[in-house]
Amino acid sequence: MKIKSIEDLKRIKEEAQKNVALREGKAKYKVTVHMGTCGIAAGARQIMSAVLDEISRRNLKDVVVTQAGCIGLCDREPLISVENGSQKVLYGNLTPEKARQVVVSHLVNGQIVGEWVIHTE
Amino acid sequence: MKDLSLHILDLVENSLRAGASKVTIGVFEDTSSDTLQLLIKDNGKGMEEHVLKHVFDPFFTGQNKRKKIGLGLPLIKQLAEQCEGNVRLSSQKGKGTELIVTFKRSHIDLPPLGDIAETLVALIVANPEVEFEFVHNVDGVEWRFSSKELLEYLGVDSPEDLPAVLPAVKEWINFQEKSFREGGVNDEN
Ligand code: FES
Repeated sequence: MKIKSIEDLKRIKEEAQKNVALREGKAKYKVTVHMGTCGIAAGARQIMSAVLDEISRRNLKDVVVTQAGCIGLCDREPLISVENGSQKVLYGNLTPEKARQVVVSHLVNGQIVGEWVIHTE
Repeated sequence: MKDLSLHILDLVENSLRAGASKVTIGVFEDTSSDTLQLLIKDNGKGMEEHVLKHVFDPFFTGQNKRKKIGLGLPLIKQLAEQCEGNVRLSSQKGKGTELIVTFKRSHIDLPPLGDIAETLVALIVANPEVEFEFVHNVDGVEWRFSSKELLEYLGVDSPEDLPAVLPAVKEWINFQEKSFREGGVNDEN
């Protein structure tokens, strides 16, 4: 759907309110996209978009997405980390496609994608 | 950085790190003076004078081991100068920081504006507590929106609800940008 008018936005508003009603409790996962200068140059913004798109497509209601600055791993950018309670997994050298797979595998199915993990805390 | 919207994303990071609760992002294009200006203004904690003097130095990382200021400012300065423009940065401790970057609009090295919607959506989703105001003005005609008003209007009051609406908001911004640039009819909002 192309969002053109105020009517379209009203529809989104209604969708959003439905989602508010459906969501239960607090966020389960926090996804952080690293957006330092190198991260942005390496495509972090597209990673963010891919993650958001996949979350909205799958209607996940228990995820917050945020950004953080540089963590000094230029050559592994773009990076995201996925936090779930006390566990934190850092994924690196991502592409939008890989980021979508992380959403599906890690956030939907609870399976860490070992291949792309840089480290786990 | 391939386009100006990526520079904007990078520069706003400085405002966020300064603890801003409101950031104004402006793009002002003017045919008669052949200029394109970027404005990034925040109400963050401002910079000390000795920091202000060094922020355009790519090797400056701030004194006391605090997080580095980043390469955003040196990069944009280099680009502005390459495009016969300049950078003005003013900051007041406790009040905020204002950055104005001027480019020669017709300069061959000036990159395109790029995907401004994607930049705004990334900022809004990641910083729901911050109000982002965006203004785009071309020869006196402008459109603007505030993320706070938009999200209030959409009834979104919790960060977990953002992913559900932001792809649509992105489309909406894209459409507004496009019709505005083409001088088409604009929606009242
Ligand atoms: S932005 Fe390059 S290492 Fe952080």
